[in-house]
Amino acid sequence: MNAAVADFHTYKLIGAGLAAMGMIGAGVGLGVLFGNYLQAAIRNPAGAASQQTMLFLGMALTETMGLFAFVVSLIILFGS
Amino acid sequence: MANQPAIDPMEQFQIHKIVDLPTFHIGKIPVDMSINNSVLTMIVGAVLIVLFFALTARREIVPNRGQAVAEALYNIIDRVLVGPILGPHGRPYVPYLFTLFMVILTLNLMSVVFAVGNIAGQSWTFAVTSQLAVTATLAVLTFFSVFILGFIKHGPKFLGLFFPSGMGVIGAILMAPIEMLSYFVRPVTLAMRLFGNMLGGHVVMSLFGSFVVALAIVGLSGGMATLAFIPSALSFAMIVALTGLELVVAVLQAFVFAALATVYLNEVVNFGHGH
Repeated sequence: MNAAVADFHTYKLIGAGLAAMGMIGAGVGLGVLFGNYLQAAIRNPAGAASQQTMLFLGMALTETMGLFAFVVSLIILFGS
Repeated sequence: MANQPAIDPMEQFQIHKIVDLPTFHIGKIPVDMSINNSVLTMIVGAVLIVLFFALTARREIVPNRGQAVAEALYNIIDRVLVGPILGPHGRPYVPYLFTLFMVILTLNLMSVVFAVGNIAGQSWTFAVTSQLAVTATLAVLTFFSVFILGFIKHGPKFLGLFFPSGMGVIGAILMAPIEMLSYFVRPVTLAMRLFGNMLGGHVVMSLFGSFVVALAIVGLSGGMATLAFIPSALSFAMIVALTGLELVVAVLQAFVFAALATVYLNEVVNFGHGH
């Protein structure tokens, strides 16, 4: 393995790591989402069950942003 | 350490042919209908779904266990999703949503439950929903059938979806490209979500599996290295926990896929009803 190829490989790994940092935002978002849901559910337990579908929908939409970062990271790692 | 075989976490997603069928041509397009591990898993999944409902579909008022499970699954779509979100006009779409839900649920669960790994040099389990081709097919099929249904039901008025109300004419025209972009990115996100979740889960499980083996091999060399059995056992405990998490994710992603399809349908079915 010559130096240029080794450099390319190194930068690829660094880039994949940086790309995966996008998942931080999704993690924060999911924490906010479930935290606020729990807070509301404890205040009003009677209304909690009816909003569960919306909770999972919000979870899915938030999670997608993190998954984009994850997929980009995987493309950098294995795609090229 | 250096001469250990590298364990590739992506190896489990490779497609290989099981039954080789000759390639034929439709017009100029070559068609290869060989049975690979992905197709085989899908066929098994289809057989399982049909068998399950053939065995459990009864009309007893007091259901037995199988019928109760089947009715609970149906209620997830009918009572939890379609009822509150779509309302009474949504009843004709229950079969499609239920089929979608059952297919994704079965394929997701099969990839976790039947995780027997490699037997006789060949991987016998396959996570079909961790292939982007499969999830993209489901997503595009869902999205465009909903989109076309909108035009069939409402005609050109359906384009009003892209022009938000209450912004004036100029504001609405300015907003239209953004609305269009956020509308047409939906199949991408729909496909990506299922694909990313299943792929990520399986990669992590495979990585921890490789830790178990690699650390145990280190531990076998005796002496101080015997301590390596501890992280090996911890990794194994992690796999057990992750399998439980994957079961939850498998059910949740099937539910989420169906839920988002319902939400997209809602814009068509209740179009112009002040959604």
